[in-house]
Amino acid sequence: MSYATRRRRDVIARSLTLACTGAVLLPLVLIIGYLIAKGVTSVNLDFFTQLPKPVGETGGGMANAVVGTVVLILLACALGLPVGIGTGVFLAEYGHTRLAPLVRFCADVLNGVPSIVIGIYAYTLIVLPTKTFSAYAGGMALGVIMLPIVARTTEEMLRLVPSSLREAALALGVPSWRTTLRIVIRTARGGIITGVMLAVARVAGETAPLLFTAFGNQFWHHGLSGPISSLPVQIYTYAISPFDDWHRQAWAGALVLLTLIALTSLSVRLLTRGRFKTVR
Amino acid sequence: MAGDVLEATWTAARRATGQGMARRNVGDRIFRLVTAAFALGLLAIVASIVLVLGYESSDAVRTFGLGFLSGSAWDPVAREFGALPFIYGTLVSSLLALAQAVPLSIGTALFLSELAPARVRAPVSFLIELLATIPSVVYGLWGIFVLVPWMRSYLGPALQATLGWTPFFSGPNYGVGMLTSSMILAVMIVPYVTSVATEVFQAVPPQQREAALALGATRWEMIRTAVLPYGQTGVIGAVMLGLGRAIGETMAVTMVIGNRADMSLSFFAPGSTMASVIANEFSEATYDLYVQVLVEIGLVLFVVTVVVNMLARLLVWRVAAPAAGAR
Amino acid sequence: MPGETKLDVRRLDAWFGGSQALHGIDLAISEHVATAIIGPSGCGKSTLIRCLNRMHEIVPGARVEGEVLLDGQNIYRAGVDPVQVRARVGMVFQRPNPFPTMSIYDNVVAGLRLTGERRSRADLDGIVERSLRQAALWDEVKDSLDASGISISGGQQQRLCIARALAVEPEVLLMDEPCSALDPIATTRIEALIHELKGRYTIVIVTHSMQQAARVSDFTVFMYLGELIEFGPTERLFTTPEKKETEDYITGRFG
Repeated sequence: MSYATRRRRDVIARSLTLACTGAVLLPLVLIIGYLIAKGVTSVNLDFFTQLPKPVGETGGGMANAVVGTVVLILLACALGLPVGIGTGVFLAEYGHTRLAPLVRFCADVLNGVPSIVIGIYAYTLIVLPTKTFSAYAGGMALGVIMLPIVARTTEEMLRLVPSSLREAALALGVPSWRTTLRIVIRTARGGIITGVMLAVARVAGETAPLLFTAFGNQFWHHGLSGPISSLPVQIYTYAISPFDDWHRQAWAGALVLLTLIALTSLSVRLLTRGRFKTVR
Repeated sequence: MAGDVLEATWTAARRATGQGMARRNVGDRIFRLVTAAFALGLLAIVASIVLVLGYESSDAVRTFGLGFLSGSAWDPVAREFGALPFIYGTLVSSLLALAQAVPLSIGTALFLSELAPARVRAPVSFLIELLATIPSVVYGLWGIFVLVPWMRSYLGPALQATLGWTPFFSGPNYGVGMLTSSMILAVMIVPYVTSVATEVFQAVPPQQREAALALGATRWEMIRTAVLPYGQTGVIGAVMLGLGRAIGETMAVTMVIGNRADMSLSFFAPGSTMASVIANEFSEATYDLYVQVLVEIGLVLFVVTVVVNMLARLLVWRVAAPAAGAR
Repeated sequence: MPGETKLDVRRLDAWFGGSQALHGIDLAISEHVATAIIGPSGCGKSTLIRCLNRMHEIVPGARVEGEVLLDGQNIYRAGVDPVQVRARVGMVFQRPNPFPTMSIYDNVVAGLRLTGERRSRADLDGIVERSLRQAALWDEVKDSLDASGISISGGQQQRLCIARALAVEPEVLLMDEPCSALDPIATTRIEALIHELKGRYTIVIVTHSMQQAARVSDFTVFMYLGELIEFGPTERLFTTPEKKETEDYITGRFG
């Protein structure tokens, strides 16, 4: 093969990889472009302060869904953070025990379970016995989804804490558990918060597990043991409806949702500035 | 918080045992027990997922047996249930998605790991990661209002004109269907496959690259002789990871696949996947057996994704560091 | 002027997993003097010092056999809490390791706070000033006690670590190559500090520098390949070593 041929192949191959990269980024540009173009006109004060209007009336907003999403995320954190961080600490501190590999394996399994299956799980555990869709059920589903992300990031972040700090505390006569709690965890705090925010960003957009747990609600929720609205489910409901006005609201909702998620991920990025490797 | 409770417990325990020479690691034991309890909580959740799915579908399993998986009739009104159309739909849409996503991902991963200058690499990988943060429902929304009309009016007719003679591109084109949902799926799994593949390529020892370059190889020849063979296993793992994602993906697929319990060779035909039938019918399932059947489909979905993910992890671990495989 | 024996090491063996790092060490360390441990890299000097406050066993797979008597009490006896031992035998490490999330003030009192002692603010203030003065750092940081523990220079950080160790009022202070990460000026300050501290504490210092051992210590231990080769008054050991290996090492005729 002549050098010219080889050279030409090299150029072609390089151009192909560049083309692939372009093709991968094109949908991103298209999606964000459409979201802004179609959503921005419907994002206004009403969107954040008004309830959805009945079919046929224009205007209205998704105030209940925005609040609902926040409520669901808080409920998810109530389950996901203690168990997730606790598990992460266990994996980092007692990683040599026989239980640890099993726990790590289960966290990885859980991470791969489709979110809709988690929805069925929360449905049978909470909705069936209580005979009602509820914020609790939705929050639980999201919490279970957060668990493995929080646990594995916490573990990795704790492992990044230099052992010299642990030794310094131990050499002062500090018991090992206090060293973990007050020195190791505190030093890794930034990284753990990063993991939590990534997990929140991930579940904030989850729809499937909420369909038959939190269900949805066109009005303000009454307590946590009843159905509650959320941005993703509201977007879904509106998107598959036949009404133009609802479609506009769906675009607006999607723009708001994505903005919230992007801001979360971006602030994580700025916070860590490449200090820690992020984990999905 | 938990820490304070522990502190209080410890102080109390210390008072009870008294100070002095005695071994005083009560705190260590409590701390270990508490964190182990959380870890066991995670184990219990995973175990109970399996148990709950199994228990809540046991009647369906008893009623239909293995024939459930091979039955192709789905008529809840007549109490006829066969999961084959959904298994077929899941397989076809996922494999079609892989066919589109894998070449693009490998090309992008090669660009990022071998060719891109450092100051291009960081922003590009950030943008690709951004793709992974877009919620499924937003992909679905975009699919309904942008991709579906475009498929109906432009891409579909073009494909029919050129490839219409094959069974895959014949038949009516509604815009919604297998092909459309596979395209959305492809976009959604590209970031996962790309990031793992990039890591796999970066794990190729620099000596291997240098050896090839020192022999006078061009960049592409170096990639072909040193990088690709070395990364092969890892890339297959990355592809499996993408497959796991595609199989379990729900909302975007539900919104553009057309939701029909049919099997057709045509990629234009509407279909349904295991995940989409659950999303569509679960809250409308009017009698117990119907719910049971949907839970059984959830169980199948669970088992399949777990197996695919485990295989993927094994393959990636063999090449890249465990940390990379843990993603 | 050496006083009572403070630390009595008897037939001490130590392992990392399968490989033995220390072979039958016997050593009596006197109270209120500075004892230096010297020897080539990998000779076990760091392992030995870490066995004196039960820090060796923190490394997974690490194991110790034999006895170390602290005031006549074996610290390896069953039922002894290593945490208690470490409160009495403090340690300063190779690299300065102040807690990055804490201020200078909080670093100094970290040992007290983390061991659960409740003290009044006035008490703590007094301890901080005393410890920082003992560590010869007070004048440099007294106006910035709220600054982060890692905002000061490396030499200052190491003195902060010494102050932190002194604040819990240990009886023995172990120093594992405390100057290896410091510049010559900071090293000089730490050495001067050791001179002042040894009247009040029993000091054991590991160093890779024979000059440093000669400057700061009253007694010197020479170790080689995990064994204690020679132990004696520093001046005697450096002028008239009894063992061939010691002579080879201090005259620089070492492989």
